[in-house]
Amino acid sequence: MSPAHYLVLSMILFTIGGVGVLIRRNAIVVFMCIELMLNATNLAFVTFSRMHGELDGQVIAFFVMVVAAAEVVVGLAIIMTIFRSRRSSSVDDANLLKY
Amino acid sequence: MKGTALVTAAPNFSAPHIEYGQLAPMLLVFGVAVLGVLIEAFVGRDWRRAVQVPLAYLGLGGALAWTIYLGVDRASIEGRTLWDHAPNFKAAAMGSVAVDAPTYFLQGTILVFALVSLLLIAERGHDAFTPQAAAVPGSDAEQESMAAGSEHTEVFPLMMFAVGGMLLFPASNDLLTMFVALEVLSLPLYLLCGLARRRRLLSQEAAVKYFLLGAFSSAFFLYGVALLYGFAGSVRLSDIANEIGKQSGSEPLLLAGVALLSVGLLFKLGAVPFHSWKPDVYQGAPTPITALMASCTLVSAFGAILRVFYVGLENLRWDWRPMMWAVAIITMVAGAVIAITQTDVKRLLAYSSVAHAGFLLLGVIATSKAGLSATLFYLAAYGFTTIGAFAIVMMVRDSGGEAGHLSRWAGLGKRSPAIAGIFAFFLLAFAGIPLTSGFTGKFAVFQAAVEGGATPLVIVGVLSSAIAAFFYVRVIVVMFFSDPEPDAPAVVVGRTAATAVALGLAATVVLGVLPQPMLDLAGQAATQLFVR
Repeated sequence: MSPAHYLVLSMILFTIGGVGVLIRRNAIVVFMCIELMLNATNLAFVTFSRMHGELDGQVIAFFVMVVAAAEVVVGLAIIMTIFRSRRSSSVDDANLLKY
Repeated sequence: MKGTALVTAAPNFSAPHIEYGQLAPMLLVFGVAVLGVLIEAFVGRDWRRAVQVPLAYLGLGGALAWTIYLGVDRASIEGRTLWDHAPNFKAAAMGSVAVDAPTYFLQGTILVFALVSLLLIAERGHDAFTPQAAAVPGSDAEQESMAAGSEHTEVFPLMMFAVGGMLLFPASNDLLTMFVALEVLSLPLYLLCGLARRRRLLSQEAAVKYFLLGAFSSAFFLYGVALLYGFAGSVRLSDIANEIGKQSGSEPLLLAGVALLSVGLLFKLGAVPFHSWKPDVYQGAPTPITALMASCTLVSAFGAILRVFYVGLENLRWDWRPMMWAVAIITMVAGAVIAITQTDVKRLLAYSSVAHAGFLLLGVIATSKAGLSATLFYLAAYGFTTIGAFAIVMMVRDSGGEAGHLSRWAGLGKRSPAIAGIFAFFLLAFAGIPLTSGFTGKFAVFQAAVEGGATPLVIVGVLSSAIAAFFYVRVIVVMFFSDPEPDAPAVVVGRTAATAVALGLAATVVLGVLPQPMLDLAGQAATQLFVR
């Protein structure tokens, strides 16, 4: 199978993630969509790595995973805090700051 | 298949060569951050603050001293004046980190601003930060921790991590290092935004918004990196530049990659249409953190965007310039126009920061030595003024904490003329009135843009400066020409915050009246452009 198919898959995943961020209301689900975008990026890196016949892209994917893990820690802590004070994790409810 | 070669190819592994001397400022800041985390774990609650604050000052001060030493040393090795015919800078850490003259300038600027922001963060008695972030706002647990006088000294290691990331961000010579630096600087800032003591719901909301939008934009940045890697087979900026030189430059992978990468970078600057986080976050975050973000993050993000567009994508400038023109125009105009309707001081300063990001983009678009040195100077001048302005916002307080609403500032000039006068001076500097640093910076950037053939942009810039001057003057009118309310906020001047204001004021005056030494320094830093 040509590696280009994996690129198309990665673009589809990235788009699903991007659309999910824009239309979902629950902060956790929005965050999951962002993670999906990062994973789509990993797939693209690994595919390009294979197309170029070198390992750089695979190593980059490891870096991205570590960074994404750190982001989960910070993100869930922040979402937890706002859920405890508001009893809601909907991004529509957080509307005190505007204009 | 090329793929099978991947498995068998096991080249002799040699340890990478790291130039510790050149990277010492960053390593020192990160080391102090890690030490700070250990202090949180092992030092008793009563002693933590007494250890953390001096350690943070020492770390930043030491890093600044080392950066200055490196800058001067590089010049003296070659027996030339400072950065004249720049000596051979080369990328350190196997080419991942470019330690060159503009990097020294940017890192020095970031460290100075971080030190001044630390004066605000470490101020005693102001209590900008919540005693217990885990306690629900308004709960008994919160009352108890407030009565017990506990505090989050984790603020200091978090700040050091953020500053370390900011130092690395403009120095990164490949896009992977840049991405890691971006996250290292952003993640602590997301947390710091949510730690305000007063109006905690606003603060937490700001943290959530900043986090979700920041993570969203870094996903775009990363996909851009992936596409550029697919195009060039490397994430090194110089390799990408070479690859662009070889090909026609119309590759879809390349153009899509540049567009997505720019989204991530422009988000960090707060350029329109990626600015919507800025007012919310600046308003919700604790004011010392806002000062840190408004100065250091802006410098760092502009350093990174300058490096990407000057080193990596310079050969492609006929393709990205139209896009950047459009972004610069709407950033300048929208920042100035929306600021007119603001009623909160911090929000107003946030929109002013958006407009300034637009002016600074002119220096990026110029892609010339003049553009680089003008941007460096503007960043140094703007950072001092903005920290001073936020320090004054910290001082104007009533029973509910900082009096953010503009109507509460009415008559401030009659109650405390000195503070109101200094704030008015900062606003005039933002507006770019002559004899302030803002004028010199704007003039330098506009001049570079005209030389670069961007005269229409300069016309838009001057017009939006005129619009911006309207709302700066409106604040001055409110402060001086209206009567104070009976319960008007008091001005509480803390010792360290006063120092920060004094430094901001001194820099704004000196860079406005005698800008030449600083202009020379920025010019010398820019003589060599960026190392490849």
